[in-house]
Amino acid sequence: MLAFTTRRNLLAAGGVAGFILVASIAVAQQAAPLPPGSPLIGRPENNPAAAKLAPIAPLPIPAAADKLPVAKLKLPKGFKIEVWASGVPNARTMRLGDKGTIFVGGRFAGKVFAVVDNNGKREVKTIAEGLHRPNGLALHNGTLYIAELAKISKIDNIEANLNNPPKPVVIYDDLPKDEAHGWKYLGVGPDNKLYFQVGAPCNICMPSEAHAQIRRINLDGSGMEVVARGIRQIVGFDWHPVSKQLYFSENSRDWLSEDVPEDKLNRVTQPGKDNFGFPFCHQGNLADSEFGWGRSCDEFVKPLALMGPHSAVLGMRFYTGSMFPAEYRGAIFLARHGSWNRSQKIGGDVVVVKLNADGTVKSVAPFITGFLENNSYLGRPVDVQVLKDGSMLLSDDYNGAIYRITYGR
Amino acid sequence: MAAEPKQEAIEIGGGRDRPRLFLPLGVIAAFALLAGAAAAIEEKVAPCFSCHGERGVSQVPETPTLAGQPAYFLLIEIFQFRERLRQIPIMNEAVKGLSNDEMKAMADYLAGLAPPRPLADGGDRTRLERGRALVAAHHCGFCHNPDFSGREQMPRLAGQREDYLRKALRDYKSGARPGYDPMMAMVLYPVSETDIDDLAHLLAHLPASDRP
Repeated sequence: MLAFTTRRNLLAAGGVAGFILVASIAVAQQAAPLPPGSPLIGRPENNPAAAKLAPIAPLPIPAAADKLPVAKLKLPKGFKIEVWASGVPNARTMRLGDKGTIFVGGRFAGKVFAVVDNNGKREVKTIAEGLHRPNGLALHNGTLYIAELAKISKIDNIEANLNNPPKPVVIYDDLPKDEAHGWKYLGVGPDNKLYFQVGAPCNICMPSEAHAQIRRINLDGSGMEVVARGIRQIVGFDWHPVSKQLYFSENSRDWLSEDVPEDKLNRVTQPGKDNFGFPFCHQGNLADSEFGWGRSCDEFVKPLALMGPHSAVLGMRFYTGSMFPAEYRGAIFLARHGSWNRSQKIGGDVVVVKLNADGTVKSVAPFITGFLENNSYLGRPVDVQVLKDGSMLLSDDYNGAIYRITYGR
Repeated sequence: MAAEPKQEAIEIGGGRDRPRLFLPLGVIAAFALLAGAAAAIEEKVAPCFSCHGERGVSQVPETPTLAGQPAYFLLIEIFQFRERLRQIPIMNEAVKGLSNDEMKAMADYLAGLAPPRPLADGGDRTRLERGRALVAAHHCGFCHNPDFSGREQMPRLAGQREDYLRKALRDYKSGARPGYDPMMAMVLYPVSETDIDDLAHLLAHLPASDRP
């Protein structure tokens, strides 16, 4: 890879035209540099173990309810888990409406669903379709906000119109169109602004000024501000219920090694200023082998906790319900999708992160395990959502299902 | 009768990270059902061959060979056409209204058909050389297998129609074909149109051997 360093500096300095020119020259000479978006950058050549690792794509057809692995899942004493809804294709992001509707978005089905309770039976309705990777969802004052890859739109008064929903209206589309890390996570903050990430369009590269950042906009799409920079990809965040600070999960680079860098749990303490290190520094203490020269990890905000290499930390929520024991009040439940860039898979679980009074991390412990069996996934957790009664939902995009976790009942 | 599947059939739900062999239950009763089901699937798939070629080996420009593609990949493509995530009117029409089970059965059936024989013309030596350098540089074989026979959501490239590969790669690069997951757009970012032509030339001329 050192042979490509000079070319990468050219890439950083020049624009797209310069990059294409460099790439074609490189191809004419011999092996081309890998594209900035490529997950294969950093991949060791001629390594049979590495040659078997490729991203995992879920089947587009959800699993039948009787095929779900719920009987194999393990939780702490007193907790139970059951199937809450099945047949929700690519079930990922979940949001709760005031009337109890669960809205579900994803990357691969092009649709947003509403799951409603009909006398104990869950009914799955499609409330928007033909969308491009509608993974970002947020609800505020009855309005549903949808973040596709390159645009954010809204549907007003959605819960009154589940059977005949109006088409989404675009409120913001000043977004890059890169497929790599292009799918969004969306949330409404305590300041009534819409927050979302723009991921880095690559595994490892020098991102543009428009990438690798958290942005926020007003609910009408105006007033864009960059909240934080130096992030590679984020697919989950939530605000501390007391301090109101933004906590987010972040996925670190692939193809450096099986064991480093780890994925992260981070916190924004200086909105508009914080830089979390990508591409220069990973996991708070590991200078990148290409971009780290001449930089120090001390220039950047360190993670609150390391969450395992390639574990794919995604959705997270602070638990503010009263069903679970008191020790879980104010803790974070965080879904780990599970690794693909490791020979021995890790993750495929939900962990509970307990905090100190100052908001730093006290402990990280397994909460739901059993999705990973014999180095193979039975399911893959994506997002969690606390319900009004204090129970918690968990989405599994591998099976297109949602589970419900209760305590003591 | 349908040929024995050369690619494993799809098992949906729990533990399908590695494809498993499909095990029919209730063998005796199932035989009759399976024979009926096989005939039904052959009928459903027959119209596909009018464009995609006899036994799924295409003779029509820019129309892909389906024979021997991974079932997982075929299911994803049929799904994308049914849901109009990919918009090609003739394909949207062809698979409109298929049930999930029908899509799965069609994918399994097409995966079981014999992949195409190697092309009679050996190909242009210089272009093949360039193609080999390109697949090495872009590590295509890491996902598509070293022999480009494909697996899971990654299609068989060896022996695919050259004109179709050129079109597909261009469409992934331009975003005209967004893909199920974003991987191909990412991979093709720096690959030029000439590169695409040479890649397609090489892959079309590779022997489409059975998966090891």
